Amino acid sequence: MRLAVVGAGAVGSAVAELAGEYGHTVTALADSGGAAVDPDGIDVDGALTRKEAEGTVGTAPTADALAGPYDVLVEATPTTLGDAEPGFGHVRAALERDCHVVLANKGPVAERYGEVRALERESAGEVYLEATVGGAMPVLSTIADFGAEHIEAARGVLNGTANFVLSRMAAEGLGYEHVLAEAQDLGVAEADPSFDVEGTDAALKCVILANVLYDREYTLSDAAVEGIRDLPGSALELAAEDGRTIRLIGEVKNGAIRVGPRLIPEHGALAVTGTRNIVELETEHAGLLDISGRGAGGPETATAVLADVGRLAE
Amino acid sequence: MSDSTELRSYTVRLELVDRPGELLRALSPIADHGGNLLSIFHERGNVTPRGQIPVEVDMEATPDQFDTVVDALRGEGINVIQAGAEQYTEELTVVLTGHLVNTDLSNTLERIQSATGANVDDLSLSAPEGDEGISSARVRLATNAGGADSALETIREVADEKDLRVIEPLTAGEGA
Repeated sequence: MRLAVVGAGAVGSAVAELAGEYGHTVTALADSGGAAVDPDGIDVDGALTRKEAEGTVGTAPTADALAGPYDVLVEATPTTLGDAEPGFGHVRAALERDCHVVLANKGPVAERYGEVRALERESAGEVYLEATVGGAMPVLSTIADFGAEHIEAARGVLNGTANFVLSRMAAEGLGYEHVLAEAQDLGVAEADPSFDVEGTDAALKCVILANVLYDREYTLSDAAVEGIRDLPGSALELAAEDGRTIRLIGEVKNGAIRVGPRLIPEHGALAVTGTRNIVELETEHAGLLDISGRGAGGPETATAVLADVGRLAE
Repeated sequence: MSDSTELRSYTVRLELVDRPGELLRALSPIADHGGNLLSIFHERGNVTPRGQIPVEVDMEATPDQFDTVVDALRGEGINVIQAGAEQYTEELTVVLTGHLVNTDLSNTLERIQSATGANVDDLSLSAPEGDEGISSARVRLATNAGGADSALETIREVADEKDLRVIEPLTAGEGA
Protein backbone atom coordinates (compact mmCIF):
# COMPACT_ATOMS: atom_id res chain seq x y z
CA MET A 1 0.00 0.00 0.00
CA ARG A 2 1.06 3.59 -0.60
CA LEU A 3 0.88 5.60 2.61
CA ALA A 4 0.61 9.35 3.10
CA VAL A 5 1.57 10.01 6.70
CA VAL A 6 0.33 13.31 8.08
CA GLY A 7 1.91 14.22 11.39
CA ALA A 8 5.56 13.48 12.08
CA GLY A 9 5.62 13.24 15.87
CA ALA A 10 6.54 10.03 17.68
CA VAL A 11 3.74 8.00 16.05
CA GLY A 12 3.91 9.41 12.50
CA SER A 13 7.71 9.07 12.40
CA ALA A 14 7.54 5.49 13.65
CA VAL A 15 4.91 4.59 11.03
CA ALA A 16 7.11 6.05 8.29
CA GLU A 17 10.18 4.22 9.62
CA LEU A 18 8.45 0.83 9.95
CA ALA A 19 6.29 0.96 6.81
CA GLY A 20 8.98 -0.56 4.57
CA GLU A 21 9.38 -3.54 6.90
CA TYR A 22 5.64 -4.23 6.50
CA GLY A 23 5.85 -4.03 2.72
CA HIS A 24 4.36 -0.57 2.26
CA THR A 25 5.65 2.56 0.53
CA VAL A 26 5.54 6.01 2.10
CA THR A 27 4.64 8.41 -0.70
CA ALA A 28 4.27 11.44 1.56
CA LEU A 29 5.25 12.50 5.06
CA ALA A 30 4.06 15.84 6.37
CA ASP A 31 4.25 17.89 9.54
CA SER A 32 2.81 21.32 10.31
CA GLY A 33 5.78 23.07 8.63
CA GLY A 34 6.13 21.18 5.35
CA ALA A 35 6.11 17.87 3.52
CA ALA A 36 8.24 15.37 1.65
CA VAL A 37 6.33 13.95 -1.32
CA ASP A 38 7.43 11.37 -3.90
CA PRO A 39 5.03 9.06 -5.77
CA ASP A 40 7.79 6.41 -5.90
CA GLY A 41 8.45 6.56 -2.17
CA ILE A 42 10.17 9.25 -0.15
CA ASP A 43 13.53 8.94 1.56
CA VAL A 44 12.15 8.44 5.09
CA ASP A 45 15.50 8.58 6.89
CA GLY A 46 16.43 11.74 5.02
CA ALA A 47 13.12 13.41 5.87
CA LEU A 48 13.41 12.53 9.56
CA THR A 49 17.03 13.68 9.71
CA ARG A 50 15.93 16.91 8.12
CA LYS A 51 13.17 17.29 10.71
CA GLU A 52 15.68 16.90 13.50
CA ALA A 53 18.05 19.47 11.99
CA GLU A 54 15.64 22.00 10.52
CA GLY A 55 12.32 21.32 12.25
CA THR A 56 10.34 20.11 9.23
CA VAL A 57 10.38 16.95 7.14
CA GLY A 58 10.43 18.72 3.78
CA THR A 59 9.98 21.86 1.76
CA ALA A 60 6.80 21.01 -0.14
CA PRO A 61 3.59 22.57 1.18
CA THR A 62 1.77 20.29 3.67
CA ALA A 63 -1.25 20.31 1.34
CA ASP A 64 0.78 18.48 -1.33
CA ALA A 65 0.92 15.43 0.91
CA LEU A 66 -2.88 15.23 0.85
CA ALA A 67 -3.07 15.87 -2.88
CA GLY A 68 -0.41 13.35 -3.95
CA PRO A 69 -0.93 9.69 -4.82
CA TYR A 70 -1.65 7.32 -1.91
CA ASP A 71 -3.97 4.45 -0.95
CA VAL A 72 -4.11 5.11 2.78
CA LEU A 73 -3.92 8.37 4.68
CA VAL A 74 -2.35 7.85 8.10
CA GLU A 75 -3.66 10.69 10.29
CA ALA A 76 -1.18 11.13 13.14
CA THR A 77 -1.40 14.84 13.92
CA PRO A 78 -1.90 15.81 17.58
CA THR A 79 -5.36 15.14 19.06
CA THR A 80 -7.45 18.31 19.20
CA LEU A 81 -10.81 18.79 20.87
CA GLY A 82 -13.97 20.54 19.67
CA ASP A 83 -13.85 20.69 15.85
CA ALA A 84 -10.93 18.20 15.85
CA GLU A 85 -9.11 20.21 13.18
CA PRO A 86 -6.89 19.92 11.26
CA GLY A 87 -7.28 16.14 11.63
CA PHE A 88 -10.94 16.05 10.64
CA GLY A 89 -10.22 18.03 7.44
CA HIS A 90 -7.50 15.54 6.49
CA VAL A 91 -9.94 12.63 7.00
CA ARG A 92 -12.53 14.38 4.84
CA ALA A 93 -10.00 15.13 2.07
CA ALA A 94 -8.90 11.48 1.91
CA LEU A 95 -12.42 10.02 1.93
CA GLU A 96 -13.65 12.48 -0.70
CA ARG A 97 -11.05 11.12 -3.07
CA ASP A 98 -12.01 7.54 -2.14
CA CYS A 99 -8.84 6.77 -0.20
CA HIS A 100 -8.68 4.83 3.06
CA VAL A 101 -7.94 6.49 6.40
CA VAL A 102 -6.10 5.03 9.38
CA LEU A 103 -6.32 7.20 12.46
CA ALA A 104 -3.87 7.56 15.32
CA ASN A 105 -5.41 10.95 16.15
CA LYS A 106 -8.33 10.53 18.56
CA GLY A 107 -9.98 13.91 17.86
CA PRO A 108 -12.05 13.12 14.74
CA VAL A 109 -13.59 9.94 16.19
CA ALA A 110 -14.02 11.24 19.74
CA GLU A 111 -15.60 14.56 18.77
CA ARG A 112 -17.13 14.04 15.29
CA TYR A 113 -17.72 10.29 15.01
CA GLY A 114 -21.06 10.64 13.24
CA GLU A 115 -19.62 12.86 10.53
CA VAL A 116 -16.60 10.60 10.00
CA ARG A 117 -18.89 7.57 9.52
CA ALA A 118 -21.20 9.59 7.23
CA LEU A 119 -18.24 10.59 5.03
CA GLU A 120 -17.10 6.97 5.01
CA ARG A 121 -20.52 5.79 3.77
CA GLU A 122 -20.24 8.16 0.80
CA SER A 123 -16.71 7.02 0.02
CA ALA A 124 -15.09 3.94 -1.46
CA GLY A 125 -12.47 4.39 1.26
CA GLU A 126 -12.74 2.92 4.74
CA VAL A 127 -11.78 4.29 8.17
CA TYR A 128 -9.83 2.24 10.74
CA LEU A 129 -8.95 3.47 14.21
CA GLU A 130 -7.29 0.73 16.26
CA ALA A 131 -4.44 3.04 17.28
CA THR A 132 -6.78 5.56 18.91
CA VAL A 133 -7.59 3.26 21.85
CA GLY A 134 -4.84 1.66 23.90
CA GLY A 135 -1.76 2.02 21.67
CA ALA A 136 -0.51 -1.43 20.68
CA MET A 137 -3.37 -3.31 22.32
CA PRO A 138 -5.85 -4.89 19.88
CA VAL A 139 -8.99 -3.55 21.57
CA LEU A 140 -11.15 -2.31 18.70
CA SER A 141 -10.29 -5.21 16.41
CA THR A 142 -11.24 -7.63 19.20
CA ILE A 143 -14.56 -5.83 19.60
CA ALA A 144 -15.07 -6.02 15.84
CA ASP A 145 -14.26 -9.75 15.85
CA PHE A 146 -16.59 -10.51 18.76
CA GLY A 147 -19.27 -8.15 17.40
CA ALA A 148 -20.01 -4.95 19.33
CA GLU A 149 -23.48 -6.26 20.24
CA HIS A 150 -21.86 -9.12 22.17
CA ILE A 151 -19.83 -6.79 24.41
CA GLU A 152 -21.74 -5.64 27.47
CA ALA A 153 -19.19 -3.32 29.02
CA ALA A 154 -15.60 -2.15 28.71
CA ARG A 155 -13.41 -0.83 31.49
CA GLY A 156 -9.77 -0.41 32.26
CA VAL A 157 -6.65 1.65 32.63
CA LEU A 158 -6.23 3.76 29.51
CA ASN A 159 -3.66 6.34 30.50
CA GLY A 160 -0.09 5.30 31.24
CA THR A 161 0.94 8.60 32.84
CA ALA A 162 -1.84 8.58 35.43
CA ASN A 163 -1.20 4.90 36.09
CA PHE A 164 2.50 5.50 36.56
CA VAL A 165 1.78 8.25 39.08
CA LEU A 166 -0.75 6.17 41.07
CA SER A 167 1.28 2.97 41.07
CA ARG A 168 4.46 4.82 42.15
CA MET A 169 2.57 6.62 44.90
CA ALA A 170 1.17 3.32 46.14
CA ALA A 171 4.45 1.42 45.94
CA GLU A 172 6.75 4.07 47.42
CA GLY A 173 4.42 5.99 49.70
CA LEU A 174 5.36 9.20 47.93
CA GLY A 175 3.21 12.29 47.43
CA TYR A 176 1.46 13.27 44.22
CA GLU A 177 3.68 16.26 43.38
CA HIS A 178 6.86 14.29 44.02
CA VAL A 179 5.89 11.42 41.73
CA LEU A 180 4.58 13.74 39.04
CA ALA A 181 7.91 15.61 38.97
CA GLU A 182 9.71 12.27 38.71
CA ALA A 183 7.43 11.24 35.82
CA GLN A 184 8.23 14.51 34.06
CA ASP A 185 11.98 13.90 34.49
CA LEU A 186 11.57 10.43 32.99
CA GLY A 187 9.56 11.78 30.06
CA VAL A 188 6.52 9.76 31.17
CA ALA A 189 4.55 12.94 31.88
CA GLU A 190 4.48 16.08 29.78
CA ALA A 191 5.49 19.50 31.09
CA ASP A 192 1.76 20.26 31.15
CA PRO A 193 0.29 16.97 32.39
CA SER A 194 -3.35 18.18 32.50
CA PHE A 195 -4.54 16.06 29.59
CA ASP A 196 -3.39 12.90 31.37
CA VAL A 197 -3.94 13.58 35.09
CA GLU A 198 -7.31 15.25 34.65
CA GLY A 199 -8.60 12.18 32.85
CA THR A 200 -9.22 13.81 29.45
CA ASP A 201 -7.06 11.39 27.49
CA ALA A 202 -8.64 8.32 29.12
CA ALA A 203 -12.08 9.85 28.56
CA LEU A 204 -11.45 10.36 24.83
CA LYS A 205 -10.56 6.68 24.51
CA CYS A 206 -13.71 5.71 26.40
CA VAL A 207 -15.79 7.96 24.15
CA ILE A 208 -14.34 6.18 21.12
CA LEU A 209 -15.09 2.80 22.75
CA ALA A 210 -18.68 3.93 23.37
CA ASN A 211 -19.03 5.10 19.75
CA VAL A 212 -17.87 1.73 18.50
CA LEU A 213 -19.87 -0.32 21.05
CA TYR A 214 -23.16 1.51 20.66
CA ASP A 215 -22.73 2.80 17.09
CA ARG A 216 -24.01 6.27 17.86
CA GLU A 217 -22.20 9.54 18.41
CA TYR A 218 -20.85 10.31 21.84
CA THR A 219 -18.46 13.20 22.41
CA LEU A 220 -16.23 14.20 25.30
CA SER A 221 -19.07 16.23 26.79
CA ASP A 222 -21.06 13.00 27.31
CA ALA A 223 -18.42 11.59 29.66
CA ALA A 224 -18.36 12.08 33.45
CA VAL A 225 -14.68 12.76 34.05
CA GLU A 226 -12.72 13.09 37.27
CA GLY A 227 -8.93 13.13 37.38
CA ILE A 228 -6.28 12.21 39.91
CA ARG A 229 -4.70 15.63 40.43
CA ASP A 230 -3.61 16.18 44.06
CA LEU A 231 -4.90 12.80 45.22
CA PRO A 232 -3.48 12.45 48.75
CA GLY A 233 -1.04 9.63 49.45
CA SER A 234 -3.09 8.78 52.55
CA ALA A 235 -5.93 7.61 50.29
CA LEU A 236 -3.63 5.05 48.68
CA GLU A 237 -2.32 3.94 52.08
CA LEU A 238 -5.81 3.34 53.42
CA ALA A 239 -6.72 1.44 50.28
CA ALA A 240 -3.60 -0.75 50.63
CA GLU A 241 -4.43 -1.58 54.28
CA ASP A 242 -7.62 -3.12 52.97
CA GLY A 243 -5.99 -5.09 50.13
CA ARG A 244 -7.03 -2.53 47.55
CA THR A 245 -5.45 0.14 45.45
CA ILE A 246 -6.58 3.15 43.43
CA ARG A 247 -6.37 3.44 39.66
CA LEU A 248 -7.76 5.89 37.14
CA ILE A 249 -10.43 3.69 35.57
CA GLY A 250 -12.40 4.40 32.43
CA GLU A 251 -15.71 2.64 32.13
CA VAL A 252 -18.25 2.26 29.33
CA LYS A 253 -21.38 0.56 30.52
CA ASN A 254 -25.15 0.81 29.99
CA GLY A 255 -24.68 3.66 27.55
CA ALA A 256 -22.73 5.79 30.03
CA ILE A 257 -19.09 6.86 30.02
CA ARG A 258 -17.27 7.44 33.27
CA VAL A 259 -13.64 8.12 34.13
CA GLY A 260 -12.33 8.56 37.65
CA PRO A 261 -10.12 7.20 40.41
CA ARG A 262 -11.63 3.93 41.68
CA LEU A 263 -10.88 1.37 44.37
CA ILE A 264 -9.88 -1.96 42.89
CA PRO A 265 -8.39 -5.16 44.35
CA GLU A 266 -4.65 -4.69 44.83
CA HIS A 267 -3.78 -7.92 43.06
CA GLY A 268 -6.62 -7.92 40.53
CA ALA A 269 -6.14 -7.88 36.78
CA LEU A 270 -6.86 -4.18 36.48
CA ALA A 271 -4.14 -3.15 38.95
CA VAL A 272 -1.43 -2.88 36.29
CA THR A 273 1.69 -0.97 37.29
CA GLY A 274 3.84 1.68 35.63
CA THR A 275 2.77 2.91 32.22
CA ARG A 276 1.07 -0.38 31.30
CA ASN A 277 -2.54 -0.24 30.14
CA ILE A 278 -5.35 -2.77 30.31
CA VAL A 279 -8.84 -3.06 28.89
CA GLU A 280 -11.33 -5.56 30.24
CA LEU A 281 -14.26 -6.48 28.03
CA GLU A 282 -17.38 -7.96 29.59
CA THR A 283 -18.61 -10.32 26.90
CA GLU A 284 -22.05 -11.80 26.49
CA HIS A 285 -21.00 -15.42 26.06
CA ALA A 286 -17.37 -15.59 27.14
CA GLY A 287 -17.07 -13.84 30.49
CA LEU A 288 -14.34 -11.32 31.04
CA LEU A 289 -11.59 -10.78 28.50
CA ASP A 290 -8.50 -8.80 29.50
CA ILE A 291 -6.20 -7.18 26.97
CA SER A 292 -3.07 -5.64 28.41
CA GLY A 293 0.02 -4.02 26.96
CA ARG A 294 1.68 -0.78 26.03
CA GLY A 295 -0.92 1.90 25.56
CA ALA A 296 1.30 4.62 24.13
CA GLY A 297 4.64 5.27 22.46
CA GLY A 298 5.79 5.72 18.85
CA PRO A 299 6.61 2.18 17.68
CA GLU A 300 3.84 0.71 19.86
CA THR A 301 1.11 2.90 18.37
CA ALA A 302 2.65 2.56 14.90
CA THR A 303 2.22 -1.21 15.27
CA ALA A 304 -1.53 -0.71 15.64
CA VAL A 305 -1.58 1.69 12.67
CA LEU A 306 0.25 -0.82 10.50
CA ALA A 307 -2.11 -3.60 11.64
CA ASP A 308 -4.99 -1.47 10.31
CA VAL A 309 -3.12 -0.87 7.04
CA GLY A 310 -2.67 -4.63 6.83
CA ARG A 311 -6.44 -5.14 7.21
CA LEU A 312 -7.07 -2.70 4.38
CA ALA A 313 -4.55 -4.49 2.19
CA GLU A 314 -6.39 -7.83 2.50
CA MET B 1 -33.04 -0.74 64.02
CA SER B 2 -35.33 1.97 65.32
CA ASP B 3 -37.97 1.75 62.65
CA SER B 4 -40.10 -1.39 62.88
CA THR B 5 -41.80 -0.78 59.51
CA GLU B 6 -38.57 -0.83 57.55
CA LEU B 7 -37.73 -3.87 55.42
CA ARG B 8 -34.64 -5.74 56.48
CA SER B 9 -32.85 -8.84 55.28
CA TYR B 10 -32.85 -11.97 57.42
CA THR B 11 -31.38 -15.40 57.11
CA VAL B 12 -33.09 -18.35 58.73
CA ARG B 13 -31.55 -21.79 59.03
CA LEU B 14 -34.02 -24.62 59.22
CA GLU B 15 -33.73 -28.37 59.48
CA LEU B 16 -36.33 -30.34 57.62
CA VAL B 17 -37.36 -33.96 57.76
CA ASP B 18 -36.56 -35.70 54.46
CA ARG B 19 -40.16 -36.13 53.33
CA PRO B 20 -42.05 -34.92 50.23
CA GLY B 21 -43.82 -31.58 50.75
CA GLU B 22 -41.70 -30.64 53.72
CA LEU B 23 -39.96 -27.70 52.01
CA LEU B 24 -43.24 -26.22 50.83
CA ARG B 25 -44.69 -26.60 54.34
CA ALA B 26 -41.68 -24.69 55.70
CA LEU B 27 -41.93 -21.85 53.21
CA SER B 28 -45.67 -21.21 53.45
CA PRO B 29 -45.52 -19.42 56.84
CA ILE B 30 -43.01 -16.95 55.40
CA ALA B 31 -45.25 -15.88 52.54
CA ASP B 32 -48.38 -16.06 54.71
CA HIS B 33 -46.98 -13.48 57.11
CA GLY B 34 -45.72 -10.96 54.57
CA GLY B 35 -42.11 -12.05 54.28
CA ASN B 36 -40.46 -11.69 50.88
CA LEU B 37 -38.41 -14.75 49.94
CA LEU B 38 -35.05 -13.80 48.46
CA SER B 39 -33.32 -17.14 48.14
CA ILE B 40 -33.48 -20.72 49.34
CA PHE B 41 -30.44 -22.93 49.72
CA HIS B 42 -31.61 -26.48 50.03
CA GLU B 43 -28.67 -28.75 50.87
CA ARG B 44 -30.30 -32.03 49.87
CA GLY B 45 -27.06 -33.97 49.78
CA ASN B 46 -25.94 -32.76 53.15
CA VAL B 47 -27.75 -34.54 55.99
CA THR B 48 -27.33 -33.40 59.59
CA PRO B 49 -26.32 -35.90 62.31
CA ARG B 50 -30.00 -36.09 63.21
CA GLY B 51 -30.83 -37.20 59.69
CA GLN B 52 -32.43 -33.92 58.67
CA ILE B 53 -31.76 -31.68 55.69
CA PRO B 54 -30.44 -28.17 56.34
CA VAL B 55 -32.11 -25.33 54.46
CA GLU B 56 -31.01 -21.72 54.47
CA VAL B 57 -33.64 -19.15 53.62
CA ASP B 58 -32.97 -15.48 52.89
CA MET B 59 -35.93 -13.17 53.19
CA GLU B 60 -36.93 -9.58 53.56
CA ALA B 61 -39.44 -8.52 56.16
CA THR B 62 -40.08 -5.85 58.76
CA PRO B 63 -38.84 -6.81 62.25
CA ASP B 64 -42.44 -7.43 63.41
CA GLN B 65 -43.26 -9.60 60.42
CA PHE B 66 -40.08 -11.53 60.96
CA ASP B 67 -40.94 -12.37 64.57
CA THR B 68 -44.35 -13.61 63.44
CA VAL B 69 -42.76 -15.75 60.73
CA VAL B 70 -40.38 -17.42 63.19
CA ASP B 71 -43.21 -18.08 65.64
CA ALA B 72 -45.32 -19.55 62.85
CA LEU B 73 -42.48 -21.82 61.71
CA ARG B 74 -41.97 -23.11 65.21
CA GLY B 75 -45.74 -23.50 65.62
CA GLU B 76 -45.68 -25.80 62.55
CA GLY B 77 -43.12 -27.96 64.30
CA ILE B 78 -40.32 -26.91 61.99
CA ASN B 79 -36.88 -26.99 63.50
CA VAL B 80 -35.53 -23.41 63.38
CA ILE B 81 -31.80 -23.62 64.06
CA GLN B 82 -30.94 -19.96 63.80
CA ALA B 83 -33.04 -16.87 63.35
CA GLY B 84 -33.24 -13.25 64.33
CA ALA B 85 -29.62 -12.46 63.69
CA GLU B 86 -29.90 -9.67 61.22
CA GLN B 87 -27.67 -10.20 58.26
CA TYR B 88 -26.46 -7.40 56.12
CA THR B 89 -26.02 -8.79 52.68
CA GLU B 90 -23.96 -6.22 50.81
CA GLU B 91 -20.72 -4.55 51.62
CA LEU B 92 -19.47 -1.28 50.27
CA THR B 93 -16.05 0.25 50.83
CA VAL B 94 -15.25 3.82 49.80
CA VAL B 95 -12.34 6.16 50.46
CA LEU B 96 -13.19 9.77 51.20
CA THR B 97 -10.58 12.52 50.94
CA GLY B 98 -10.63 16.23 51.68
CA HIS B 99 -11.10 18.35 54.78
CA LEU B 100 -12.76 15.48 56.59
CA VAL B 101 -12.12 16.61 60.14
CA ASN B 102 -13.07 20.24 59.54
CA THR B 103 -16.30 19.19 57.90
CA ASP B 104 -17.30 17.01 60.87
CA LEU B 105 -16.57 13.42 59.96
CA SER B 106 -18.94 11.94 62.52
CA ASN B 107 -21.78 14.02 61.11
CA THR B 108 -20.85 12.76 57.62
CA LEU B 109 -21.01 9.16 58.79
CA GLU B 110 -24.23 9.65 60.73
CA ARG B 111 -25.93 11.10 57.71
CA ILE B 112 -24.80 8.22 55.54
CA GLN B 113 -26.07 5.71 58.11
CA SER B 114 -29.40 7.35 58.80
CA ALA B 115 -30.26 8.06 55.18
CA THR B 116 -29.55 4.56 53.95
CA GLY B 117 -30.06 2.19 56.87
CA ALA B 118 -26.50 1.09 56.26
CA ASN B 119 -24.18 0.30 59.09
CA VAL B 120 -20.61 1.61 59.31
CA ASP B 121 -18.67 -1.57 60.01
CA ASP B 122 -15.19 -0.17 59.86
CA LEU B 123 -13.55 3.23 59.69
CA SER B 124 -9.90 4.11 59.18
CA LEU B 125 -8.77 7.71 59.22
CA SER B 126 -5.41 9.01 58.06
CA ALA B 127 -4.71 12.68 58.72
CA PRO B 128 -0.97 13.15 58.18
CA GLU B 129 -1.37 16.90 57.86
CA GLY B 130 -3.32 17.28 61.11
CA ASP B 131 -6.92 18.33 61.59
CA GLU B 132 -6.68 21.36 59.34
CA GLY B 133 -5.20 19.57 56.34
CA ILE B 134 -6.32 17.08 53.73
CA SER B 135 -7.10 13.71 55.20
CA SER B 136 -8.49 10.41 54.00
CA ALA B 137 -10.90 7.93 55.46
CA ARG B 138 -11.74 4.41 54.42
CA VAL B 139 -15.30 3.50 55.31
CA ARG B 140 -16.80 0.05 55.09
CA LEU B 141 -20.57 -0.09 55.11
CA ALA B 142 -22.88 -3.04 55.40
CA THR B 143 -26.22 -2.60 53.67
CA ASN B 144 -29.35 -4.60 53.01
CA ALA B 145 -29.67 -6.49 49.77
CA GLY B 146 -29.67 -3.99 46.92
CA GLY B 147 -28.83 -1.16 49.32
CA ALA B 148 -25.29 -0.44 48.15
CA ASP B 149 -26.38 1.71 45.20
CA SER B 150 -28.56 3.98 47.26
CA ALA B 151 -25.90 4.20 49.97
CA LEU B 152 -23.43 5.30 47.31
CA GLU B 153 -25.89 7.88 46.05
CA THR B 154 -26.17 9.37 49.55
CA ILE B 155 -22.41 9.36 50.01
CA ARG B 156 -22.03 11.32 46.77
CA GLU B 157 -24.58 13.90 47.89
CA VAL B 158 -23.02 14.43 51.31
CA ALA B 159 -19.53 14.56 49.82
CA ASP B 160 -20.60 17.04 47.19
CA GLU B 161 -22.07 19.31 49.83
CA LYS B 162 -18.94 19.15 51.99
CA ASP B 163 -16.54 19.38 49.04
CA LEU B 164 -15.08 15.93 49.70
CA ARG B 165 -13.81 13.53 47.09
CA VAL B 166 -15.28 10.02 46.94
CA ILE B 167 -13.20 7.19 45.56
CA GLU B 168 -15.76 4.56 44.75
CA PRO B 169 -15.14 0.86 44.32
CA LEU B 170 -15.18 -0.60 40.85
CA THR B 171 -17.47 -3.57 40.92
CA ALA B 172 -16.28 -5.63 38.00
CA GLY B 173 -18.92 -7.70 36.35
CA GLU B 174 -21.68 -6.14 38.43
CA GLY B 175 -25.14 -6.97 37.24
CA ALA B 176 -23.71 -9.52 34.84
